[in-house]
Amino acid sequence: MSVASSDGAPRGMASRPPAETQPIVSLQGITKSFSNATVALKNLSLDIGAGEFVSLLGPSGCGKSTALRLIAGLSSPTNGRIVWPGEAPGQGDHELGFVFQEPTLMPWATVFANVHLPLRLKGRSVAVARDEVMDALEMVGLAGFADSYPRELSGGMKMRVSIARARVTRPKLLLMDEPFAALDEITRFKLNNDILRLWETLGWTVIFVTHSVFESVYLSSRIVVMAARPGRVVADLAVDAPYPRTEEFRTSHLYSDYCRQASEALHATLNEEERAE
Amino acid sequence: MSSADLTGLSGQAPGLDVAERRKARRARIERWARWLLPVVVMAATIALWQWYVVAYKVPHYILPGPDRVVDALVRDWPLLWPALLVTLQITLGALVVATIGGVGLAVLFAQSKWVEMSFFPYAVILQVTPVIVIAPLIFIYVPSKIIGLLICAWIVAFFPILSNTTLGLNSADHNLRNLFQLYGATRWQTLRYLRLPAALPYFLGGLRIAGGLSLIGAIVAEFVAGTGGVGSGLAFKILEASYRLNIPRMFAAILLISLTGIIIFAVLSLVTHLLLRNWHESAVKRDG
Repeated sequence: MSVASSDGAPRGMASRPPAETQPIVSLQGITKSFSNATVALKNLSLDIGAGEFVSLLGPSGCGKSTALRLIAGLSSPTNGRIVWPGEAPGQGDHELGFVFQEPTLMPWATVFANVHLPLRLKGRSVAVARDEVMDALEMVGLAGFADSYPRELSGGMKMRVSIARARVTRPKLLLMDEPFAALDEITRFKLNNDILRLWETLGWTVIFVTHSVFESVYLSSRIVVMAARPGRVVADLAVDAPYPRTEEFRTSHLYSDYCRQASEALHATLNEEERAE
Repeated sequence: MSSADLTGLSGQAPGLDVAERRKARRARIERWARWLLPVVVMAATIALWQWYVVAYKVPHYILPGPDRVVDALVRDWPLLWPALLVTLQITLGALVVATIGGVGLAVLFAQSKWVEMSFFPYAVILQVTPVIVIAPLIFIYVPSKIIGLLICAWIVAFFPILSNTTLGLNSADHNLRNLFQLYGATRWQTLRYLRLPAALPYFLGGLRIAGGLSLIGAIVAEFVAGTGGVGSGLAFKILEASYRLNIPRMFAAILLISLTGIIIFAVLSLVTHLLLRNWHESAVKRDG
């Protein structure tokens, strides 16, 4: 089994600068257990370098979503700490965007109002924020739907609104929790390309939770494979393929090589689990 | 595709059209039936009523025919109209106070678990104790009759608004709450932009129930208050008419009360539709 080192080895990226040495966020010995005695994460340590596209890949119950929620500050670890090296101590706002598994739009508000929400919560009125909101909608190709209500949109379009909303605050770090799991394959491929394009042009750091080997290889510069019971990291794989990645990459040898590596890492954890039972 | 296929397809098209036409016709009939059927049933009931009264020579002080009821409505209009206005005033007043009180309490409960734990039981007690047994006490303690009536009607009407709005405030989507938390929304912002809009359909459901209940509360309270003279409502007119065996006037007053209730319900339904038509499942029309 080939497992790459965790420090994000040099990657042959065409359009992206190499990751900075200082991580944007660092999880140090994180343990999270819930009140029903499940240990969602056990002693997890993970550095996310600025500019990386990291996938957390694993079976359900491996704590990948829990890790994402911890980074987002939506829950706090039982043990261990989360450090933001680039930020002044005490800075409350980590400049995050979060895309949930569902589009999570407010059904009573128009597309415009939904995307405007993060800015409105920061006290920026419609008049002040209009250009930024329209800009974000333009980026996902939905500028013409600003006045529509979410129910009038398809599943893929709703997801794009959700991405526009995450983008509108210009976050440094975008957290995505299986965002395309509920979409059909064609829409998923299209959104994969959309998100890659945004990542390349905007200089984001992305942490992408998924249970799809193929999706993670296609998107990521680095794949963190996790196992369940208790949730932990079992492999850290650098995907050393140049960006921009296109449909050609999907059918290349390099792609299938990486898919095989990731699958093997994943299956090793599953076999281990079966032996344990 | 060959031309044979094309003709085959076009040969089928009229068949589809027939099915479509039949569907459209059924929809049209249904639209008419929605209005026509209740009207026909109503007309038939009135005709049967009239026939029964005439055929069996029922004395009008037992059961007046519909003609006599209409007659009483027209003749007693100067008497009934001011009474209707009084009842309406109490009803709408109680509805407004119930709305403010119900929503206000629900928001307060939603802000603090402690407040909810402390006071929700009292709301339930007020709701389950029949207003008719509290009303005499209220009229002893409250000097103004109008205020007393308002309090009675309010007690009956506010609970559905309170309980529905509380439910609605607590049913905002969990992920959306996380999102608000993530963006550092204040308590007030979360209430204003998330919890209140999420509660709106529930509140409106409660409001429609409260509309009917505030009318019932007003009438019941009037029965208990029972004072005559100037400023008395429809309920008192009914009591008074029953003492005098003026059955047609009783029917006329009941008719007015029913109509009032129907109008209140229709108006609140319209308001609900207008507020929810863009987004809520209950008000969105779907094709097919």
